[in-house]
Amino acid sequence: MSIEQVLFYVFAVAIVASASAVVFLRNPVGSAMSLVACFFFLAGVYVLLWAHTIAALQVLVYAGAIMVLFLFVIMLLSLTDTGPLVQLTPSRAAGALAAVAVFSALIVALKKLPDVAPGWTADPSQVARFGTIQYLGEVLYTKWLFPFEAVSLLLLVAIVGAVVVAKPRI
Amino acid sequence: MNELIHGGLYGGMIVGVLMTTTAMALWFERKFAARMQSRLGPTMVGPSGLLQPFADVVKLLQKEDIVPFQADRVLFNLAPPLGAIAAISVAAVIPFSADIIAADLDVGVLYLLAIGALGVLPVFIAGWGSNNKFALLGGMRALAQSVSYEVPLVLAALVPVILTGSMKLSAIVEFQATHHWLVVWPFFLGVPAFIIFMLAMLAEANRIPFDIPEAESELVAGITTEYTGIKFALFYMAEYVHTLVASAVGAALFLGGWDGPFAPGLGWMVAKTLALFGFVYWLRWTLLRFRSDQLMALCWRYLVPAGVVLVAASAVWVVWVG
Repeated sequence: MSIEQVLFYVFAVAIVASASAVVFLRNPVGSAMSLVACFFFLAGVYVLLWAHTIAALQVLVYAGAIMVLFLFVIMLLSLTDTGPLVQLTPSRAAGALAAVAVFSALIVALKKLPDVAPGWTADPSQVARFGTIQYLGEVLYTKWLFPFEAVSLLLLVAIVGAVVVAKPRI
Repeated sequence: MNELIHGGLYGGMIVGVLMTTTAMALWFERKFAARMQSRLGPTMVGPSGLLQPFADVVKLLQKEDIVPFQADRVLFNLAPPLGAIAAISVAAVIPFSADIIAADLDVGVLYLLAIGALGVLPVFIAGWGSNNKFALLGGMRALAQSVSYEVPLVLAALVPVILTGSMKLSAIVEFQATHHWLVVWPFFLGVPAFIIFMLAMLAEANRIPFDIPEAESELVAGITTEYTGIKFALFYMAEYVHTLVASAVGAALFLGGWDGPFAPGLGWMVAKTLALFGFVYWLRWTLLRFRSDQLMALCWRYLVPAGVVLVAASAVWVVWVG
């Protein structure tokens, strides 16, 4: 096995283990920390895929900023030592169904993927360019400009919405 | 395989140098503080007080390792090493000279911001895991402070990125070597960005005047209240390393890094880093601690708007002038 393969399996096992810990740990802060670990190992997989920029952003945005907000929410909610007992409510059943549906859809999509990705090249100079911030910026502001702007608008709407909802209480 | 050996060697070297510098910094700070505030002791242990760090380390290693009753043992024990790792990891991308860089990443600036943002999590889990109200308050403050100061930090770090057109730290220094240091020209962008960057970096490292997570006059010792011996030493060390690395990054991004006449690049980089580092100590023993709300007001009312204006002005400058 090449060193990349070894690293991939290390990251893959770590991702699955930490993701399971998020679900199975009783302590909410423990869950949150496992989620950080999961994001971190996921960033490792991105690096193996030559997507350095995405890996750095993953750690900066998710493991850094978003998890801090999660921890804030955990601290602001009143918590008891023992979490709620697992009961089957309609919303939980729907959630389980949705999870199964998404998982099956992913499996089907995975089966349909070609063995070699379209546009794949083994040319080292091309591969090295692929994950760089220059390349990402180029395609983001030319080919994918509309989705990029649409997402910005979505975020702006969310921020304005949050301010409107929170304003009477400030 | 060569890359692995290269990485291992440089990694070992950087960690070794950082640890030695931290010990020397401890000595420097103790002595500096003793001179500034007429403290007895640190100037007298051994020749010029040089044995003070060793005395401190021996003292810390002797202490009993206590885990509080009903503390979250896993998180409590995990926090100090994680804090140290987060502080040291940032050093990987620092360009010490034109050819001494452990990992000259294409996204160097993003990397150091990302790892810097992670640095608050060990502080928080220390506060949570201790099962102590002072530690928890310290952890909450650390979270609030970090998530706020992250914004001006990123904005200030964007200014050199925009002006030099690269996120690679070596390329940023190279640009300053061939043009001007960013604090020299355009100084009206470089100097304010440099000040905001250093303030936000100090806030992330929890240094006075931004050390409200520790605040020994109100929170006993904040997050480190329940820590003893080597675990406390790790936190203490992480803080020093964080400050040292912040000074090095500031020197590379704004002060031209290894660039300078007469001396080799490494010498210049070390001199600039230590000068900034000394300045941080000067601040620490001169200023008082901010109150929590003053800290937030400084960040959101002044630093963030200033950062936004600076980023916009840098873009205009690059397009129309540079």
